[in-house]
Formats: sequence, structure tokens, C-alpha cells
Amino acid sequence: MDFSHETLVAFSKSWGLFYMMAFFLCVCVYAFLPRNRKRFDRAKHSILERDDTPWRT
Amino acid sequence: MLANLTSLERQYALMLAGAVALAGLAMAVVGRSDVLGVHGVIVMVFGGGLAWLVMASFYGPEPTDDRTAAYYDDPIKVGIVLSMAWAVFGMFMGVWVAALLAWPDLAFDAAWSTFGRLRPTHTTGVIFGFGGNALIATSFHVVQRTSRARLAGQLSPWFVLLGFNLFCLLAVSGYLLGVTQSKEYAEAEWYADLWLVIVWVTYFVLYIATIARRKEPHIYVANWYFMAFILVVAILHIVNNLAVPISWGQAKSYTIWPGVQDAMVQWWYGHNAVAFFLTAGFLGMLYYYLPVRAKRPIFSYRLSILSFWGITFFYMWAGSHHLHYTALPHWVQTLGMTFSVMLLVPSWASAGNALLTLNGAWHRVRDDATLRFMMAAAVFYGLSTFEGSFMAIRPVNALSHYTDWTVGHVHAGALGWVALITFGSLYTLVPSLWKRERMYSATLVEVHFWLAIAGTVIYVFAMWNSGIIQGLMWRTYTQEGALAYSFVDSLVAMYPYYIARAFGGLLFLIGAIVGCYNIWMTVRAAPLAALRSDAPVQPAAVPGE
Repeated sequence: MDFSHETLVAFSKSWGLFYMMAFFLCVCVYAFLPRNRKRFDRAKHSILERDDTPWRT
Repeated sequence: MLANLTSLERQYALMLAGAVALAGLAMAVVGRSDVLGVHGVIVMVFGGGLAWLVMASFYGPEPTDDRTAAYYDDPIKVGIVLSMAWAVFGMFMGVWVAALLAWPDLAFDAAWSTFGRLRPTHTTGVIFGFGGNALIATSFHVVQRTSRARLAGQLSPWFVLLGFNLFCLLAVSGYLLGVTQSKEYAEAEWYADLWLVIVWVTYFVLYIATIARRKEPHIYVANWYFMAFILVVAILHIVNNLAVPISWGQAKSYTIWPGVQDAMVQWWYGHNAVAFFLTAGFLGMLYYYLPVRAKRPIFSYRLSILSFWGITFFYMWAGSHHLHYTALPHWVQTLGMTFSVMLLVPSWASAGNALLTLNGAWHRVRDDATLRFMMAAAVFYGLSTFEGSFMAIRPVNALSHYTDWTVGHVHAGALGWVALITFGSLYTLVPSLWKRERMYSATLVEVHFWLAIAGTVIYVFAMWNSGIIQGLMWRTYTQEGALAYSFVDSLVAMYPYYIARAFGGLLFLIGAIVGCYNIWMTVRAAPLAALRSDAPVQPAAVPGE
């Protein structure tokens, strides 16, 4: 196959866009998945009101 | 500072310092009278000085307590001190170069103090010295607190912090001696760059290893930003600094990238240095210290995830907007322009998320200058990202490029966003780190805040005016089709704005010095906080609450 400048440009202009969109969808799914809600809620409160020592078992 | 190291670790520390000194000796021998030789001596003195420090308390008592029961804060404390020292140095150099533009005699007829050599000492001093040390210090703090685990190393945090400062020292001293790669924000030469690679990879490994130790199921979003900052800066630094030295005994090297590719790689680096060094890491600070100080969780955690991925993936493509109307293919310019405009979405998502977090705590913003620092930082972040997207549009860039407008934009970001969020974070961090009730003086924080705001506003307005006047003068034609103004005409028109700019910068510098004094006095004189197991960060007493 001939890898000319035009081939690479065509590849980046098409697949470059598609993979970004696919990635965007993945991120949205991750952020809005109802299963993750509890995890995120815990995370955002986790930095407040806690001991100033590492966690010990 | 050695009290926390075991005798074996002290031996390793001594060996490391000795190895650095030996490397310096080797550089001095091969470099001889070249700048490389001078830098060899600097490295030797640096390594020797550290070895001396280690030896001075080599036989001191070893740590008896269980070290894993406490966070490792010693390197963070030193990092804060170094950061403030670099802030004063870098901002002083900034005021000097600003004054040079208005009064060129201030170069005092010496080679080392010409504008071209002083300017990179300002940019490196504030970006890497001030910003870099603040990022290393706060990232060490945030990663431990959010992971609820101690740093995954005893020596490596010191290696990262001190090694990074050695890089800054080599860079800044090199500029004064006339060394430069002629690449914006990457002026340091090959040997300093190689050293930074070693330091930075250690930083990355240390950070990941600490995250791996975490006792929290979820990695808090601030750590994502810090990790993106560390990882991407490593990639950018390595690719942009691929260069071949003319010999092992000389400081000069040539980049492997030819022509327009070099320009593209440089601005891919340059813009992402803004994105990942000056934005991602500082967003990490914002997402931790702002909620902690406001005592409110971040408004929307989901939004912070969306804006994180938006910022990491969009910024990568925006660099070509620095090369509008050049030999770069037109579609690549358009690509950079489009991504720059799209960047407004995740940028404003972060700025909005920060401001909405404060919704309901506005009384605290009014009373607490530390929180106000962070609020103003979020506002400036929103303003300068809007301005940046706007200036990346090709026809707008035709007016703004190469003018002071660009300089004004950079400083709206660097002073208004980066420096303000850093000061806000440091004022939150310092009392908690040194176990003080609060900062030594709330009034001085207030004074610093208003000096910083006044300085930024004066600076940015001066540069807007001068930039747009400059841009318009350069494109004004007479009826005959000749340029109406000579370059010197535009220079004369800049004169009052250059003075105003130097004044704005001076106010900002004075603010930073006030901050240094306040931090110093907090460590020395502020009352100790009552021992209490919760609340890692205790804000200053808020009147009326």
C-alpha cells in the first residue's frame, strides 16, 4: 500500500474523528452509569472531614 | 530533615549525592572552558553540598516510631519554601525584563543582562521554579491525603524535588551564560534535559506506586489531573528535546526535527506545556484545595470527569494555532483552531464546577481571602480560556499574533489563574502542614490578595491596549498601499503601556514577598493547633459564623 501524504491525511481526517467520538461516548457512559453514582458520591465527600493520618488496618 | 531516614537510607542518600557530584566532576573535565564545564562545577557543588548536609546528621538518632502511621510531609515543606523562593526570583526577573522594555539602559551594557538572556530566566523561574515546585509539593500532599497512604518511598521524594531544582538551576544559570536551544519553555540544553528525564520518570513511578497503595476504592479526580500532568510532561519533554550535541564536551546541540516539523513539534510541546504543566496540575490543586477550604464537596463529580477527559484529549491537538499563516499545511492550522475553540467546553466546565461549588459558601469567600484567591483563580481561568479560544481563530490571530495581546493573555492565565490558585492552595496547606491554627496574619493574606488582583488587572489591561494598538498599526496602510507606520512608530506608542506593565508586575512581586513573610512567620510564630484527629485543613477563623 502506498503511504503518501494524502493517504495519511485522509486517514487522520476520518478515523481521527471517529475514535474521538467513540472515546467521548465511552467517557459519557462511565460518567453517567447509574452504578457509578455511589462511587462518585463517596469520592467527592471523601476528601472532607477525615483524620490526618494514613489509614491503618 | 534526615530524622525520618534510617541509617541505610542515609547511606543511599550519601551515595546518590556523591554520584551527582562525580557526574559534575566528569562534566567539568570534559567540558573544560565550555559552559558545560561551568555547569559541571555547579553540579559538583550541588551534589557536594547535599552530601555535606547528609553527613552533618549522618549519625543522628534513627526514627523510632512506625513511619507508616504518618504522612511523609518533610519534602512537601521544603518544596513550599523552594517554590516561594523561586516565585520571588522569577517575578523579580519579570519586573526587570518589563522595565528593560521601557528603559533599555537597565541592561547596564553587559552581555549576561541583555533582554534575550534575562527573559528565559523569568519564564523558567516562574513556570518551572515557582509552578513546578508548587506542583510537586501539592501533588505529594494531595496524593497521600486522597489515597490515605504514605508516599511510596523515603528517598525518591527528595530525589524528585532536589533533582528538579538542580534542573532549574542549570537552566537559569545557562541562559545567563548564553546557552539556549531557542525553543520556548524548553531552552535548557541536552545534558539538563537528560537529567530532567531521569527525575521526571522517578516522579511518575513514585506517584503511581503511591496510588497503588491507596486505601480508597476510587482514585480522587485531583489525582487524575496530577497524573496527566506528570505523564504528558514526560512525553512532551522527551519528544521536543530530541537533539544531538555537537560533541560530548560542549553544551550546544541541534534538534533532530527539521524545518516546519520542528516548529510543529515545538508548539505541540509549547501549548501542551501550558495545558498540562500550567493547567492540568493546577486543576488538581483546584479540585482538592477549593472543596477542602470551602468545606463543601465539589459541585458535580461527573462534570469533573467529563472535563478531565475533554481537556486531556482536546489540548493535544491545539498546538498548531501558534503557527497560523506559516508553512504548516492549512488543514493542520484549521485542526488546531477547531480544537482550541472546542476546548472552551471542558475549560468552562471546570471553571463553572469550581464556582458552583462555592454557591452557598459566598459568605466564606467574602470573609476568607484564601478562599477568595481560589475563587478569583477560577474566574481568571474562565476568562483566559475564553480569550485563548478566541485568539486561536485564524482571523483574530492575524491581529493578535506577535503583539503584546499574546503576552497579556499568557499573563491573565499565569498571574490570574496559576499564581492565584497556587497562593490559595499554599495558604490552605501551610497551616495544616506545620500544625498551626491558621496563617500568621489574615490581614497580610488580604493585602497579598489585593496586590495580586491589582497587579494582574493593571498588567492585563496594559497589554490588551498595547497589543491591539500594535496589531492595528502594523496593518494600517496609506492610500498608496504602503505601511502607514514604521516599526519604531509602534514601539513609541507602546512606551506608556510598558511602564504600566512593569508597575503591575511590581505589585504582584510585592504581593509574593508579603506572602513569603506571612508563610515564614506562620512557621515560626503562629500558635500551634490543638491536637485533633480530624479535619486535615482548618481554615482561618471566620467572623460572624
